[in-house]
Amino acid sequence: MRLGTFMMTAAFVTAAFSSQVEAKKDKDKDKDKSSEAMLKPAGPLNKDPYPSTYRAYGGAETLITGVTIYDGEGGRIENGSVLFRDGKIVEVGAKVDTPSGATVINGAGKWVTPGIIDVHSHLGDYPTPGVDAHSDGNEVTGPVRPEVWAEHSVWPQDPGFARALANGGVTALQILPGSANLFGGRSVTLKNVYARTVQGMKFPGAPYGLKMACGENPKRVYGSRNQMPQTRMGNMAVNRQTWAKAVEYRKKAEKADTPRDLAMETLAGVLAGEILVHNHCYRADEMALVMDMAKEFGYKVSTFHHAVESYKIADMLKQNDVCSAMWADWWGFKMESYDAINENIPMVHNAGACAIVHSDDPNGIQRLNQEAAKALADGRRMGINVSDEVAWTWLSYNPAKALGIADKTGSLKPGKMADVVLWNGNPLSVYTRPEKVWIDGALMYDANDPKRRPVSDFELGQPGEGDVK
Amino acid sequence: MRALLIALLACAATPAFAQTVAITGGKVVIGDGSAPIEGGTVVFTNGRVVAAGRGVAVPAGATIVDARGKWVTPGIVAGFSRLGLAGVDAVDPSNDTSANKSVFNAALDVAPAINPTVAAIAVNRAAGVTRAIVSPAAGDAIFAGQGAVIDTGSDVSPVTKAKAFQFVEFGEAGARRAGGARTALFVNFRTALAEASDAARGVFREDALLKRADAQALIPVANGQIRLLIHIESATDILAVLDLKRDYPLFNVVLVGVTEGWRVAGQISAAKVPVIASALNDLPDSFEQIAATQSNIGRMKAAGVNVAIGMIDDNDERQAQLSMQYAGNLVALNKVPGATGLSWNDAFAAITSKPAEVIGMGAEIGSLRAGRRGDVVIWDGDPLEVTSAVEKVWIDGVAQPLETRQTRLRARYATPQEGALPKAFDR
Repeated sequence: MRLGTFMMTAAFVTAAFSSQVEAKKDKDKDKDKSSEAMLKPAGPLNKDPYPSTYRAYGGAETLITGVTIYDGEGGRIENGSVLFRDGKIVEVGAKVDTPSGATVINGAGKWVTPGIIDVHSHLGDYPTPGVDAHSDGNEVTGPVRPEVWAEHSVWPQDPGFARALANGGVTALQILPGSANLFGGRSVTLKNVYARTVQGMKFPGAPYGLKMACGENPKRVYGSRNQMPQTRMGNMAVNRQTWAKAVEYRKKAEKADTPRDLAMETLAGVLAGEILVHNHCYRADEMALVMDMAKEFGYKVSTFHHAVESYKIADMLKQNDVCSAMWADWWGFKMESYDAINENIPMVHNAGACAIVHSDDPNGIQRLNQEAAKALADGRRMGINVSDEVAWTWLSYNPAKALGIADKTGSLKPGKMADVVLWNGNPLSVYTRPEKVWIDGALMYDANDPKRRPVSDFELGQPGEGDVK
Repeated sequence: MRALLIALLACAATPAFAQTVAITGGKVVIGDGSAPIEGGTVVFTNGRVVAAGRGVAVPAGATIVDARGKWVTPGIVAGFSRLGLAGVDAVDPSNDTSANKSVFNAALDVAPAINPTVAAIAVNRAAGVTRAIVSPAAGDAIFAGQGAVIDTGSDVSPVTKAKAFQFVEFGEAGARRAGGARTALFVNFRTALAEASDAARGVFREDALLKRADAQALIPVANGQIRLLIHIESATDILAVLDLKRDYPLFNVVLVGVTEGWRVAGQISAAKVPVIASALNDLPDSFEQIAATQSNIGRMKAAGVNVAIGMIDDNDERQAQLSMQYAGNLVALNKVPGATGLSWNDAFAAITSKPAEVIGMGAEIGSLRAGRRGDVVIWDGDPLEVTSAVEKVWIDGVAQPLETRQTRLRARYATPQEGALPKAFDR
């Protein structure tokens, strides 16, 4: 049925085109010229053609008192206070004076942390319901697709954003293309605030990322079509040839008459240090090869994702200043995840490398705090004594750093965005949930107020609308 | 090759030792929904629990295990799993969950396919999971075949009960297999049951839908001798199955999945049909799960439904070890206004005695009541808390090794750099 519709459309387009060919002969000459002209950049390249229209919703000046605070950079304050105003953190300390007119929340027995940031999500590009019509995360038409942008797939009505907010305390997240391709395309970083458009969710000033993938997925997807890459060496060969081309393109692109090439523009952005590489890579040996490839072509890897074997090369990851985004205890679902161990995250941290807890999952994103707690406890049992407040860097500051937004969010420092979660208990416990979540100082979730619970368009008018999920 | 390996292992296996063990001073959880008992004692001998609770006498000659400051519980029972059926999920030859190309369906049997040497068995044992309900996954037909109840012991005889149930896909997954719509699903199902009825009388028709073996496998389902586990998610599909059950009064039905169960909890309760429900589904992942909420199990329980936790299609080859975290999350709901969770006691029962009862083995496993199998776990803290860990495990009264590939890798790479020799020599 679907194929039939597609064939009909194609036939229609062809017929319509040929009937007009004769009549347009002369005009076509001009058209050729003008389309050639269109390919040339008219003046400097607009690197932000789909700019963020996100606006903070604002809220009252708020003082939360009597809470245990993890500041996101490893600091802890007992019985402390957090003050925010006009969307920004103003003061965090053991004693903060109450400004007149401020809303005061007594948080005795509760915890305050920076909002959780997930560096690996497919909310919006693989949204729920997970029907074929929503499968927008992998442009599986060629192994090298750096020209596609995840933001052009994100459906801002994904119900998953609301769950990540209310159950997970997630205030910002990176939406990535999938891992079927060696070069999967550009990522987009979002504020976890519903909007009518994806532009309305885009994190202002966040750099783009480039999704890359090692290992089984690209070679399986294309190899099964008898197409390159079919092997891991094929993966590397296609990667290197592509980077070599990008290096050449970057030299040419400085000349005014270079035609536009969306794929190469993304790669040139990486070589210029403007776009951050997020590389899906499970195995230690493959990560080591990628780090050498980055040196060979002059770029930097921000973060290895699903890095289940980072513990085997934690020293090298530190030397190369590359973050690892990891699960606490996912393992064994494919060959390259067979050597995953529960202590991976604390072992990477213990080596002085950058450790991040990530989800890659619309359910897991609701429990990243619990994932951190599991990893922390497993680490302690092998003698890696990380404090709770330092472990929180895995959830907010380190992911912010990996996304290039650590100057704006990820910790409770004066002047930064007031992306704040009030937890109803110790957030490193299974028994704890967010009670209130603020994003840029605006109250976006309140467990005590059913009206402060977002309901996406999809769920409106359906059974369970507005329920406690 | 595999037969040879098992034969070798069998020679090396030590027979279960008729040892008497008394675990003293711990916080004892019976698993039947009763409250934990401080300073309790658990005694087992000959592979069975003798007594558990406060003031239990320690028999002379018993090996005493001091559990002061610890929790002592029955082993966790995975309420719905594919444990032991896959070495690595995506490595097809190692994965026996689904026989997509088989001409058979209902006759398929997981028992001989359970491989106790796969890493998932050891990993789950070390995490405190001692028994599992193991189901085949459906191939091209709605009937997936016959499931088993297994233990996770470090030995070569994993099967506690073979042919414990038949598993069938209803809802979207069943409709797809039946021919593309629910309209075909019910015709398909009723025809199959009619053919089972014929088979029971020795009648096999030429135009039969089922192979002879499949029809025969459905005879004990038709007469209620074995349970029929039906995977179903939406409220309307659940009502349709409850109607179906009226037409087949002998059926011993258990509903599995049941994401929208809370919407028809009264009807499920009235029909006295037990449920193995996914704990944390809260996304409208499909059009049969539109009303998903984590309060589902709490609301069903409050309506009187007999409900256990099981995780269908949720990494069920490997991650039964998340059962405790799932149960803990249902306790967390009690602090969320408007949500309905489970009490701690009920949450723990939902991953021990409840799955055992639902599968008809409550007298054998799932609690520390006298006479149950000696499946006992000592934890360093609250077993539902994500920061807690297992310290000791017994299965059928036999102390179990807790080493896994993962603990070996951890030890090898505690320092990532190579030493005097390559890592390959470090073991």
